[in-house]
Order: sequence, then structure tokens, then C-alpha cells
Amino acid sequence: MRIIIALLIVVAWIGSASAENLVTSLSNHRVLINSNYTGTSITVFGAIERDAQTIARATAYDAVVTVRGPQQFLVVREKERLGPFWLNQDQQKFPTAPAYLTVLTSRPIAEITSDQLRRRQKIGIQAIIHAPDFTNDRGGVDEAFRDALYRLKSRENLYRENERGVTFLTPSIFNASIPLPATAPPGNYDVEVTLLADTVILARTLTHFELVKTGFEQQVGEVARDWSSLYGFATALLALFFGWTANVVFRRD
Amino acid sequence: MQIYLPIAEMPVSVLLILGLGAAVGFISGLFGIGGGFLMTPLLIFLGIPPAVAVATQSAQIVASSTTSVLNALRRGALDFRLGGILVIGGFVGSALGVWFFAAARRAGLLDLVIVVSYVTLFTVVGSLMMKESVREFLLKRKGSMARARRNAGNHPPFLGWPLRMRFYRSKLYASVIPILGLALFVGFAGALLGIGGGFIVVPALLYVFRVPTGVVVGTSQFQIVCTTLVALVLHAIANQAVDIVLAILLILGGVFGAQFGARAGRNLRAELFRFLLAILLLAVGLRFALELVVKPEEPFSITVQESRT
Repeated sequence: MRIIIALLIVVAWIGSASAENLVTSLSNHRVLINSNYTGTSITVFGAIERDAQTIARATAYDAVVTVRGPQQFLVVREKERLGPFWLNQDQQKFPTAPAYLTVLTSRPIAEITSDQLRRRQKIGIQAIIHAPDFTNDRGGVDEAFRDALYRLKSRENLYRENERGVTFLTPSIFNASIPLPATAPPGNYDVEVTLLADTVILARTLTHFELVKTGFEQQVGEVARDWSSLYGFATALLALFFGWTANVVFRRD
Repeated sequence: MQIYLPIAEMPVSVLLILGLGAAVGFISGLFGIGGGFLMTPLLIFLGIPPAVAVATQSAQIVASSTTSVLNALRRGALDFRLGGILVIGGFVGSALGVWFFAAARRAGLLDLVIVVSYVTLFTVVGSLMMKESVREFLLKRKGSMARARRNAGNHPPFLGWPLRMRFYRSKLYASVIPILGLALFVGFAGALLGIGGGFIVVPALLYVFRVPTGVVVGTSQFQIVCTTLVALVLHAIANQAVDIVLAILLILGGVFGAQFGARAGRNLRAELFRFLLAILLLAVGLRFALELVVKPEEPFSITVQESRT
């Protein structure tokens, strides 16, 4: 009997700990790429529901939106001096690096959570790229490669962190705009929203959106993949035809 | 105006690509070279994935070279016999080049091999041509008219090797062996470095085999069309990296450029023609050499090994 009561208390305590319920929604679950696509942005909305028993928190909520694009096998190489030459020498493989990675927060990430929690829960770009399972650990040698990956990717706007990316409209409703540059590849994108207060994680949601080629772009992609020899010969014929046409058009005699 | 490239999976500016095609097409038509060694780095610089850049620019080379071949054909400036032998040797050389490419990659020396061969090829060919054209220029200056170029018996001894063939158009009676050797080397270098090799064929035919300038350009373009067609289809099948939208844009710009280039080339004096080509080759060689010896600002680079979507 005592055990049951104790269990009930524990359950009630766990229940109260996760009294906040996070509801999120994306403005678009399927982004279509057509011939004049030059990038877009997707808005994520979030609402925090609190049940009647929970007392209001003294501190405000914080939200972290993490967006991961399709996975790529990336190799980062480093040029080093070899005699008089600068050549690619050392390399580090990133077998499951996201092609696109954006972290949006409502405040500077260091103010939201502790360093330890960030690393354990992979919150923030630094925590993600320095995670042990992101690439193989080579006792410190890998650090420069991880930083280089972030540096090069952020130069193309494919990896970025924005500490003002999440806006709270009311204390319990927020939105964030996810910028998608044109170079972000087609595929599935995961949107993970983490709700925190007072450096503690309260709730987490995971939604997805898809970036897909449509119409002509989709057909070309499919033909090039599934009918590659036909596609190759067609391109070759097209090139010959253009060359011949130009010759006829520009004939002067 | 921007347009989305379905295979490269990124948008590009239409005018920029048309202009790029026209500029490279002009140089290609002017010198009778493919221009791939100029186009590929420019496309990569624009952010197009290297595999797509290499594969797609071959479509443009096919188109602009076809135009040049047809032009040459009408002017009777194409030696099919010589071109055919160059093509046959080129295919064998390409196969060897592809094999060597894989072997060098296994040994981890691919980067070194490619950069060093680029620098050596361009600088050596460029300097030889430069030396030749400066000497010619000085001879003219001194008043002693350009030496009679085609005296009987005044030719390198290897042209007299067995298997001699008559190439009427090229005014050449020479052994097939050195020509096949040249084609083999060009095919080999082409497969290894991803270049058509026109810039090797042109000076070799000009200086070693003393083929008339007009015929050189047409014949070299013929060889380029044949090898690049094969490369284009192979790229489409093996790598699925040919972007047809990018190809059409490059072709449209390229055919115009090649027309004007070819016309400009006909009005150019032969020495000036060679001098300009020498400068172009030296400039490219120098650029690669600089890349090799100057400390890079960003020593790191990313390559995508395979895309998993």
C-alpha cells in the first residue's frame, strides 16, 4: 500500500514537472522548387499550454529551434606545406553531417542553459559540431576540422546560429523564421523545438518539412537518374544540333 | 534573372552563364581549343559542384566545336585522315589515363599528380610557343624573311619512321607512329586532368608536324568533338552529373562566342595567333603554380563524397 502511494506521488511529481505542453506548427510542410526558386523561408509557430494546477513561473520561457537538412558524407581536407608546395594532406570524414543546419534562439544560448546541458542535449551549433558522434575523435586533431566545417558552411549560409531568431509574441506564444538559402539541397528537413525555462528543458517537439523539385525540374532529375544513357545521348544530340544550327545561322556565303 | 538548375540543385544568373559561355566560346573558336580548362574552374568558382561543372561543360565544348568543324569543313580546312588517327589514339590514351587516375587515387597521390601535371603542361607548352613566336618576330624585324618552312628533307627524323601515310590536306607525308603517340599522350592527359587536350594538339601539329595553321584548327576541333561526345555520354551514365539546363545556357552563349572567335582568328596573323595562345597557356599555368606555392588563406576545404537524401 505504501509502495503504491509512493509510486503515485512520484507519478504526480513527474506529471507536474512536465506540466507545460508545447504545441508547434510550421507554415509549410512541403516547399516546392520551380525554375525561379531562389530560396525561401519557413515560419515555425509555438504555443505553450499550462494546465490549471501549475503555478506561473517566475522566469520567462526560452525556445531553441534546431533545423537539420538532409545528411551528407562530407570530407574536410587541410592543405599543408610539403616542400615548396601547399597540398591537401590530412582529412577528416563527417559521414552524417547535415547539409543544412540552423539554430534559432530567443536569447544568447549561453544565457539559456548550462554548458553541460547544452553538450549533453546538443543544443546550439557548437554543441552539435563538437558532439562525439559527429565525427571520429582523434584526440584533439579533429577539433580544427570541426571548426573548419562550421566556418566554411556558414560562409555559404548553410550553417548558422541566430540568437534573436525566436520572437515571443506573448509570454507563451512564439514564432521563428527559418531562412532557406537557394543552395540548401532538396530533401527532408527536421525541425526540433526545445522549450526551456530557468536552464531546464520542459518540452521538446519534432516536426518535418520537405524541400522538393516539381514539374520540369523534377522530371529532369528523374530522367537523368533513371534513364541516364537516354539522357546522355539526348544531351549529346542537343549539343550537336545547336552547333549545326549556329553554323547554318551564321553562314555568310 | 535567375534560373534553378535541376541537377546542380542551385539557382544561377542566366545572363552571367550566357556571358561566360560566350567568352569561353570566343577563345575556343579563336584558337581551336576546347576551352574546358577555362570553363571548369570558372563554373566551380560560381559554386556549381565540381562533378556537374566538369560533366556539363563538355556539352558546351561539343556544340562550339561542332560549329567550328562544320566551318572548317566548308573551307576545306579539315584533314579527316589526320583527325581520325588522332581520335583512335586519343581513345586508347583516355582508357590508360582513367586507369592511372584510379591508381594515383589509391596511392593517395592524385592531388599532387594533377596539380604538378597541370603546371608542367601549361608552362612547358606555353613557354615553347612563346619562345617560338618571339624568335619569329625578331627574325621578321631583322628583315630576313621568315625562313622557308617546308623544305624537302628539312623535318624531324621521326616523321620518316615506317608506316608512312600521306595527309594531303595537311601537306604532310609522315609516319603514323609519332601522330598516334601524340594522340595517346593527349588522351592520357585529358582523362587524367579532365581537359580536351586541344591546347596540346594545336601547338604539336603546328611546330612538330608543320601542318598549316588553318588545317590545324579544323582538325583539332574534329578530334575534340569526337572525344568530348564520348566523355559527355559517359559522364551522364556514370555520374549523372550533366545538367541539361546549364548545358543549354552555356551552349547558347558558346556558339555565338565561337562564331566571332573563329572569324577573329581568320583575320589574325599567324605569329600573333601563336603569341596570344602562348600567353593564355602561360597565364593558366602560372595561376595553378601560384595556387600550389602561395600559402592558402583558408587551408581547409569541403568535398561531398555522396549525397544521401
